[in-house]
Amino acid sequence: MSARKPAKNQPASFEWTPENKAWCDEQLKKYPPGRQASCVIPFLWRGQKQEGWVSIPMMEAVARQLDMPYIRVFEVATFYTMFNLSPMGEHHVQVCGTTPCALRGAGDLIEVCRRVIGEPHHPTADGKLSWAEVECLGACVNAPMAQVSTKDADHYYEDLTPALLEEMLEKWRRGEKIAPGTANPKRHTSDPEGGPTTLKDPALYDGSPAAPIGELPNARPSAPAE
Amino acid sequence: MLQDKDRIFTNLYGLQDWRLEAAKKRGAWNGTRDILAMGPDWIIQQIKESGLRGRGGAGFPTGLKWSFMPKQVGERPHYLVVNADESEPGTCKDRDIMRHDPHLLIEGCLVASFAMKAHVCYIYIRGEYVDERERLQAAIDEAYAAGLIGKNACVSGWDFDVYVHHGAGAYICGEETALLESLEGKKGQPRLKPPFPAGAGLYGCPTTVNNVESIAVAPTIIRRGADWFRRFGRENNHGTKIFCISGHVERPCNVEEEMSIPLRKLIETHCGGVRGGWDNLKAVIPGGSSVPLIPKEICDDVLMDFDALRDVKSGLGTAAVIVMDKSTDIVRAISRISYFYKHESCGQCTPCREGTGWMWRVLERMAEGNARTEEIDHLLDVAGQVEGHTICALGDAAAWPVQGLIRHFRHEIEERINRYRADRPHVAVPENLPESVAAE
Repeated sequence: MSARKPAKNQPASFEWTPENKAWCDEQLKKYPPGRQASCVIPFLWRGQKQEGWVSIPMMEAVARQLDMPYIRVFEVATFYTMFNLSPMGEHHVQVCGTTPCALRGAGDLIEVCRRVIGEPHHPTADGKLSWAEVECLGACVNAPMAQVSTKDADHYYEDLTPALLEEMLEKWRRGEKIAPGTANPKRHTSDPEGGPTTLKDPALYDGSPAAPIGELPNARPSAPAE
Repeated sequence: MLQDKDRIFTNLYGLQDWRLEAAKKRGAWNGTRDILAMGPDWIIQQIKESGLRGRGGAGFPTGLKWSFMPKQVGERPHYLVVNADESEPGTCKDRDIMRHDPHLLIEGCLVASFAMKAHVCYIYIRGEYVDERERLQAAIDEAYAAGLIGKNACVSGWDFDVYVHHGAGAYICGEETALLESLEGKKGQPRLKPPFPAGAGLYGCPTTVNNVESIAVAPTIIRRGADWFRRFGRENNHGTKIFCISGHVERPCNVEEEMSIPLRKLIETHCGGVRGGWDNLKAVIPGGSSVPLIPKEICDDVLMDFDALRDVKSGLGTAAVIVMDKSTDIVRAISRISYFYKHESCGQCTPCREGTGWMWRVLERMAEGNARTEEIDHLLDVAGQVEGHTICALGDAAAWPVQGLIRHFRHEIEERINRYRADRPHVAVPENLPESVAAE
């Protein structure tokens, strides 16, 4: 289990922006009447995008909005590790440290973060950067990788090297944008380096798979007894 | 070897356009209305006959699972929930389906929901997949606009809504009942079964939870026929499967192959082989971090399917192949997996909450060699006490890698302990000494 506590310094209040308030009302329609509690994770996430982190006044506001006891919202906010319970840097770098990434050098990326940024979960003095080691982010064939969260995006940066990451950190510190995805010029996404070994048959893409199917296979003999 | 014409995910790498028009050209949404016209029972029968086994790790027959839903809709509505909380270390296949072939998934949601008489489907996607979530939502919006889903989906007379829901970083929400708890707005702590979700699942209603890949392959299976799908793989292990090969191979990648492909062939055909050659292989975790590793001797000729891997005391799991060459510190690699389970235990059952951390701490010492040889058996004993004594399978998943390590690499841990103690002949009980003394 990961034990997580809210920050000591909390803001006095929380207010949705009009745009986010409207977004919330739209989300509520996805769930049956009386099941509005289902929105708690999406709302807290939206709140984190608005404020940069999840504060106690935000939890209280969401509890009122969803007609839930505050403690249930608090439980959710502290259970799920993507909620930052204290402010992070403008670019929050989350390096995957789980075995598939570790086998391909995630440890070196973590060293770079420690050297350039400092302690995990502590933003730099200028508030530009922070970092954390996280568990498997599900991009294992593009290891090692990191997810970088800002107010408006959460992009994956894959096939990293320590030198590349250090360069990227400097760019982020200066507020520059970097295109997400693999950093390996010989790859597109999850394909093998140097080009795919499969999916090369042009017939897959010439429209022939869209030709009308006269009768579905097995449509006749195995018509089930009602 | 699977030929290109038999691959289901023809845009696995995103080299083509993911949008509706292009997806249709590749065969998605072809004849969906005709499929629905055959009726729910026929659809379930086709999936049963295809031999499709769930692609989320457990390998339960998908058609059978669908047939567990009540035959008639009573007072409570039916739900399909798609498990897109892909978090098993090593696994990154569902991500590719959602960002590159989202229409196959959406079509699958319609077909499966119709077969189980559900008007609503929720896709629960892991919180970290933000870009993938936006892509999937965009594809859903396209499908609504084209009348493929929504009111009178595909002009079938069936009303069908699909909603994307997301988590916020918790491995445990990949467990189906924890996922349902999370979807209801609670902590992701698994429920006791029974009742099973087919009886009382989401909001207490009949629910089926399926993996993304299981759902996304369904329409293609029906279009091409159950017999076509059965042609691939050995008896009881049919079909095609996306393999994710990571770790110490020359070119890690995702690739769709037929079931029962030999592991060595898989790695050498698509990944350029093991780094430094096949003889440089030390071990492979063949199905995501939860399954026990297998050493090179077994890797030489093992087949990649549920039964063959079960026979060597491992498992196909999610078919996430993590390759480790001879440079790997195998004890540390497994210790990192133990840390993962310690971090991700939901804390509900004591054996898991306490056991995962305990196993990790012992393995960390063993990686240094700072342990006693008796502790290996002690560790095995504790792993056995975690396994099978928890509500969900996370306890088992935490125990198996440790058991696999000891089964195949006990000698390596012993050597490490001996070396550590040989360097410090005066140290009797190392872990009880202060760091400063132990370091001398």
